[in-house]
Amino acid sequence: MDIRLDGISHSYDDFEVMRDISLDIPKGQILCIVGPSGCGKSTLLRFIGGLERPTSGRVLQMGEPPEGCLNPLTYVFQDFALLPWRTVSGNISLVLEDHGIKGAAAQEIIDDVLARTKLTDFAKALPKQLSGGMKQRVAIARALAVKPAVMLMDEPLSALDAQTRELLMDDLVDLWTRQPFTAVYVTHNLAEAVRLGHKVVVLSRRPGRIREVVNIDTPLAERETGDADLETAQKHLWLLMRDEARAADAELINV
Amino acid sequence: MSEVEAKSVVFRGGGFAPKPQRWVGVMVFVVLIAIAEMGTRAGWISALTLPKPSDVLETMQGLYTSGLLFKHLGPSLSRLAVGAAIGVSIGISVGVLIGLFSYIRSGMVPLIAAIFPIPKIALLPLFVIWFGIGEGSKYALIAFGTFTPTVVATYGAVDNVDRTLIRMGQSFGLSWWSIVRKIVLPGAMPGILSGLRISLAIAIILLVAAEMLGAEYGIGAYILEAGSLYDLERLFAGVVILSLLGVIISAAIGWIERRLLGWRM
Repeated sequence: MDIRLDGISHSYDDFEVMRDISLDIPKGQILCIVGPSGCGKSTLLRFIGGLERPTSGRVLQMGEPPEGCLNPLTYVFQDFALLPWRTVSGNISLVLEDHGIKGAAAQEIIDDVLARTKLTDFAKALPKQLSGGMKQRVAIARALAVKPAVMLMDEPLSALDAQTRELLMDDLVDLWTRQPFTAVYVTHNLAEAVRLGHKVVVLSRRPGRIREVVNIDTPLAERETGDADLETAQKHLWLLMRDEARAADAELINV
Repeated sequence: MSEVEAKSVVFRGGGFAPKPQRWVGVMVFVVLIAIAEMGTRAGWISALTLPKPSDVLETMQGLYTSGLLFKHLGPSLSRLAVGAAIGVSIGISVGVLIGLFSYIRSGMVPLIAAIFPIPKIALLPLFVIWFGIGEGSKYALIAFGTFTPTVVATYGAVDNVDRTLIRMGQSFGLSWWSIVRKIVLPGAMPGILSGLRISLAIAIILLVAAEMLGAEYGIGAYILEAGSLYDLERLFAGVVILSLLGVIISAAIGWIERRLLGWRM
């Protein structure tokens, strides 16, 4: 299943946020969206998942989601969005219960996703007992449990410290290498974008438009810090963004 | 090098974080009662001002041995239980509806604001006409008194449920009812329980009012009778029983909070 964005524009009252964004999200790849703050990248992600409606333009789902997919478009949120009153496995079972998956069938899925995210020992822990990195792993496990066609990741590592971020990036690369998934990954961190993205979409400052789509061909598993190609790509992205970011930073906030 | 004077940095942090001190609360009671006892015995508190605490205790013992205590306590507790159960359950339901639906919110919030400040005691004659002089009017008074604070606490609690959790529920395709049951209600539980503390204290206050008309037995009736006879020992014995009731209910809610809200940071 592919996703196509067709001429998406958005404005709040007469405040234009986004202008004419058309984009294809191909299957089995991670597409990163970067841009200065306020360019509407998180809003774009909410359009893709159907949590908000654009003023004009359409989000199209091309083809049917794969067999066994419970929730084709599944989010991973920046602030984890775990229910604090449920244990790790309870949080995952939450998204299965509504599909009538309970008991042994649910347990099997929960065990599988916890193993894939290295959380097996924490099944009975409450969110308050977990570090930020662990919480985000739980959120990723929860997203995997519904076998999404496309993962929508909204700055998933931005609330974490630098070391944890590195660890989780490695985990995401592992996860993708073992079983490629489709993802739209919104971030303001260019290092994350060149590490995880097959394609990096650069948005301009408000009203957000696509400035450039940068393809990075190095396979995910072979990307290492200090890689010359990646450095060049990151530098190129920064050059594209720098002036936009500076201008965006200097704007008055009047939302 | 010349000798440099070494001074330790003055500590200026700390404070602003009260911690529970186990026995201080009990000590306050003990000291106050001891002063009253000494004063009444020595005579610098006259018997008309305050009864002797030991006499109040004796009256309570008398109540217990004669079996009258349970004759009074039984009906009062059932009035409290039935009235508060009705008021609290309707209050929570209405509060959740106000928290979830725009039209109900716009319609009910001004109405609640209008009935909240009515002294419910003033409505007792009305309730007697509507529900009869028997138990009905007593249940109604207590139910009505607990209803309003419960509603206000509940819809405030629902408003405070983390919206990102609700968005999360929607993004995973949870049904509306699942979101309410599994996200909104547990998320509102801390606020609802702290509202319950207030509602149940109000229920105890209204118990005395409810027993003003047509009650032969009941702690409220007992206090009112003692009051009209200026029998201060019995008056205080009744008041102490109500206080104890309040402490017990508050402890029970504390226990429920620890059981149900262990997930809080």
